[in-house]
Amino acid sequence: MAVPLKTQKTIKETVGEYKFGFKTKTNSFYKSPKGLTKEIICQISSQKNEPSWMLEYRLKAFEIFQNKPMPTWGGDLSNIDFADIHYYVRPQDRTQTNWDDIPPEIKETFEKLGIPQAERKFLAGTGAQFESEVVYHSLHKKLQDQGVIFESTDVALQKYPQYFKEYFGKVIPAHDNKFSALNSAVWSGGSFIYVPPGVHIELPLQAYFRINAENMGQFERTLIIADENSSIHYIEGCTAPTYSTDSLHSAVVEIIVKKGARVQYTTLQNWSSNVYNLVTKRAHAYENAEMFWLDCNIGSKLTMKYPAVYLLGKGARGEIQSLAFASKGQHQDAGAKIIHSAPNTSSKIVSKSITKDGGHGTYRGLIKINKGATNAKSHIACDALLLDNHSKSDTFPTNIIEEENVAIAHEATIAKISQDQLFYLMSRGLTEEESTSLIVNGFAQPIIKQLPMEYAIELNRLLELEMTGSVG
Amino acid sequence: MSSDHASLDMGKAYMLAAAHLIAESKISMVKITSPQYWTNHHEYANFSRHSFSNKFMNHTLKIQNLHAEIDGQKIIKGFDLTIKSGEIHVIMGPNGSGKSTLCKIVMGHPSYEITEGQILFDDKEISDLEPNERANLGIFLGFQHPFEIPGVTLGNFLRQAHNANQKATNKEFTPASPVKFMQDVKAELENLKMEASFAARFVNENFSGGEKKRAEIAQMNILKPNTILLDEIDSGLDIDALKVVAEGINKNFQENNPAILIITHYQRILNYIVPHHVHIMHDGKIVKSGDHKLATTLEETGYEQYITN
Repeated sequence: MAVPLKTQKTIKETVGEYKFGFKTKTNSFYKSPKGLTKEIICQISSQKNEPSWMLEYRLKAFEIFQNKPMPTWGGDLSNIDFADIHYYVRPQDRTQTNWDDIPPEIKETFEKLGIPQAERKFLAGTGAQFESEVVYHSLHKKLQDQGVIFESTDVALQKYPQYFKEYFGKVIPAHDNKFSALNSAVWSGGSFIYVPPGVHIELPLQAYFRINAENMGQFERTLIIADENSSIHYIEGCTAPTYSTDSLHSAVVEIIVKKGARVQYTTLQNWSSNVYNLVTKRAHAYENAEMFWLDCNIGSKLTMKYPAVYLLGKGARGEIQSLAFASKGQHQDAGAKIIHSAPNTSSKIVSKSITKDGGHGTYRGLIKINKGATNAKSHIACDALLLDNHSKSDTFPTNIIEEENVAIAHEATIAKISQDQLFYLMSRGLTEEESTSLIVNGFAQPIIKQLPMEYAIELNRLLELEMTGSVG
Repeated sequence: MSSDHASLDMGKAYMLAAAHLIAESKISMVKITSPQYWTNHHEYANFSRHSFSNKFMNHTLKIQNLHAEIDGQKIIKGFDLTIKSGEIHVIMGPNGSGKSTLCKIVMGHPSYEITEGQILFDDKEISDLEPNERANLGIFLGFQHPFEIPGVTLGNFLRQAHNANQKATNKEFTPASPVKFMQDVKAELENLKMEASFAARFVNENFSGGEKKRAEIAQMNILKPNTILLDEIDSGLDIDALKVVAEGINKNFQENNPAILIITHYQRILNYIVPHHVHIMHDGKIVKSGDHKLATTLEETGYEQYITN
């Protein structure tokens, strides 16, 4: 049976109970008028005092964006009005490294979100982006001394142009898709990270993205380079106020994992339900390197995101684990892409989706094994949990195998909460809501247990919030 | 165990228990007025509401002229039975007589519809209560086929259940410390010859048939219900596991004085547990009741003579 009617009634609609939906009144330092033109792009570039090659890159990307049709294969993008968006909102004059120098209203926003507290407790470094710009950035002194670079992407472009010449736009070219072209044209903010050879960053680095203005487009750009035999764990979190009009978040994240290095990139996406979240994320992993995407999507109106790993050196490993939660009016079109291009490469994909109240979850995955990637191994597991009869879950796996000596396994399950499971838990004294919530958390547990403890607690709490309809 | 085990000297037991608790310093305050008004302000799981109410309050589950059906098919057809604290009842009967259904209905499974009759707990009708509300009254069902709950550890589940049971009757209840609670869970698992690591395993997932049954008894002994239904707790158990399960049930009975109803196909569990009453169920109702000797007779003669109409 489906979750009994009684539970469905008591589970409130997600809209309206979103905890991070508060707005902050700010005076922007600069706000571009709605719509996108060459002039606005020139304005963004000149405000940032960029080298001319970057402006050329932006303008070329803008052309590509204009010429590319809207994708029609994923979620419904027909309500995005590109003319009704502010593409660049600069909240303050420059990035601060001292928390106290941030304008009070922005500081208050991040304090409400628990950012400085988290930094003090368990992070090696923090970045905080408000609208289009990174307002705060810091890195432990010890890591700075070891040669680790952790800056906003804008600052890094000024200070370390050599890395940008070599890597920027190389993993995800502007012409990759319409939204990578848009990001390449108007990108602003995001993190740049360089980890020198042999350096292991034990605590995670975190970036926090906050959209505050209405009809805002946030287009951060992140570039991470893990040099040989280094390791890093980067975490991003995102929230926005709840508005009646839609906002657009369209990031590009490029990662280079060199020989023997390891990168974990963890996302806790909790945008409000009026945000289109259309993100391109891709990593290149070289010999014996390891890339791990851990991608949790709880919020947004529509998410289209398929983190990818190109396994380019022998023995490279790629892993993509994702959790998607779609409630009323939400579509999580998420997935994973792994391209095996070298021998002895291996990959693992775990995708879990939970849908309720008419929510829609889609898994869209690609495994490609190129000629020459002998002895490649891949394991894919997709599990969907449907909490009622009017929610929906789709799975679109694609496997393209051009090599013979390979091993691929694909498993998929779709489950509903069974009446018997509920009865069993309730017979021990838990209410229907508590039982449902326990089953949902149990379902998500294989993903949650991979998160650092503080985030695991947060995600557990978020899921409980979604399930019980109470505001914490 | 002999048949005199029901005649607990209540006054003596309560004095002994009070002395024991105070000696062990496990409670911070005991108001000695009358037993049912004892308040227990300390946090330990072992000395919960149920242990007091079980010992010192008598409960009665009365099923009267019960008729019930599923999808229009009548399963229970005029069932009558009363069980009280300090009594062990056994229901035997051939397959399809409605034994398991009866357990599910008493626990409140939503698939069954009661068309006639009553289920009274301490003289109050409970047919409209949710399963969790019944559990919080102290009713427990040990499942014939316990369900797997992936991703939820047995320890965590039991702690939530325990806290829910406590909170339902005692508003001032403060949850047991997780560490102390886990120690109690592990001790109980060990009593049932299970590794303590089962507390950290997901509920029933990849448990063998015997482990599932033992885990049900462990849950029962931790939650300390006052009215216990055990649905074929003995099926699929080898002789050693059967003994362990029976010992777990006897221990609970001696310590907590609950009412117990055991559903079984086989006489063999009765080599270890001596019931006060044995009932034969057929076609949705009890067709014959007797004392523990009825089970032995049944073993020799079979159901035939009781079920031919």
